[in-house]
Amino acid sequence: MKRYRSCIPLLLAAFAGAAHAGGLTLNLELPNISVAEYHRPYVAIWVEGADQSIAANLSVWYQLRGDHTKWLPDLRQWWRRGGRDLKVPVDGLTGATRPAGQHILKFDAAATPLSGLKPGKYTLMVEAVREVGGREVVRIPFEWPVKATTRASAQGSSELGAVSLTLDP
Amino acid sequence: MKARIVWLMTAMLVPTVSLAARAWVLPSQTIVSRSGGWVTFDAAMADDLFSFNQGAMPLDGLNVSTPDGSALEPQNVARGKTRSSFDLELRAPGTYRVALATDQVMARWEEDGKPKRWRGTAAEMAANIPAGAARLEVEQMQRRVEAFVTVGAPSALKSAGGAGLELVPLQHPNDLYAGEAARFRLLLDGKPASNVEVEVLAGGTRYRAAPGSILANTDKDGVVSVTWPDAGLYWLDASVADEGATAPGVKKRRAAYNATFEVLPQ
Repeated sequence: MKRYRSCIPLLLAAFAGAAHAGGLTLNLELPNISVAEYHRPYVAIWVEGADQSIAANLSVWYQLRGDHTKWLPDLRQWWRRGGRDLKVPVDGLTGATRPAGQHILKFDAAATPLSGLKPGKYTLMVEAVREVGGREVVRIPFEWPVKATTRASAQGSSELGAVSLTLDP
Repeated sequence: MKARIVWLMTAMLVPTVSLAARAWVLPSQTIVSRSGGWVTFDAAMADDLFSFNQGAMPLDGLNVSTPDGSALEPQNVARGKTRSSFDLELRAPGTYRVALATDQVMARWEEDGKPKRWRGTAAEMAANIPAGAARLEVEQMQRRVEAFVTVGAPSALKSAGGAGLELVPLQHPNDLYAGEAARFRLLLDGKPASNVEVEVLAGGTRYRAAPGSILANTDKDGVVSVTWPDAGLYWLDASVADEGATAPGVKKRRAAYNATFEVLPQ
């Protein structure tokens, strides 16, 4: 036991180190929507360049069971900006739809896809579309690389709730 | 009374401009995910856009050009009273041009004082129009009615062929969004068609008091720019009347082009 205890400071240091690694933390709320027929939304999260192309794809959530890629073009902005060029599924990018609630996503500045970002102005894009529901896009502009910890947020009004972005140098 | 009869008869003899109903082909969707799928098409001649409440469009001129140049057979082809329809199974990625293209000759003449009319291909003319027909009027009619569908990412479109009016999109026809402008070039017999009036009309005409046409003329390079006010379905109409007929012994020619576009929300 004693031996393990001595490890704790080391572990803490390791965690602290990870927490201080630069990057992007996204806090995304999928609102509770009270409807008779609710389906979890398809969500695309990406970084858009100044020319509106996709600079980095961060996350794409869609119905994985069965072939439901048919509905990916309903994420209209994401689809037109480059979703249509992507062969899904993609490791580390695509995943299952998520329930209503708060979702925290972290992306390391030193790892793909953020490691490929050139210095410049970008927009964090979050698009959600729900079967028999609506579609909404929320945008948060930011600058890269990050010089000081910055927080920015935006508020969805229908398919998305509060979206906040924390950038750490 | 006599004067009135003469006036009526004169009115009847004046060749009428053919006022055909609007021609369109409507795809069930224009953007298909990468795995492809079935898209169904309705083709009709109806002034209400896009309600098939007048006449069915014949499908004899149906031509589907695929992104990889392979042949694609339409399935479940049906002709109803007020619309024709067919299905296409689109699997190869890229853009498909679905065209209903016809090249016909229309003739009117008099036989024993009675008006006669015939419509057919240039090759069938000799067998159907009597030699030395009185008051013969012939006109060549080239019509192209199109729609575009893309599986996955859009691909470049090959030329439609060069006879009559055709559209060369400078903005991909499956990459149109509300509030953005799209440019198209019109070609007549393969050359830029300058100063041609282009009308663009949003679907749902039945539910509007005013037609709300967008009118624009092509410039010297045959280019026209359209800014889409809203998301929705749109119909493009352009026509040219000249003496550029290619059918033997025919001078007058009318070339018409129509396309259906889907404009998406931002």
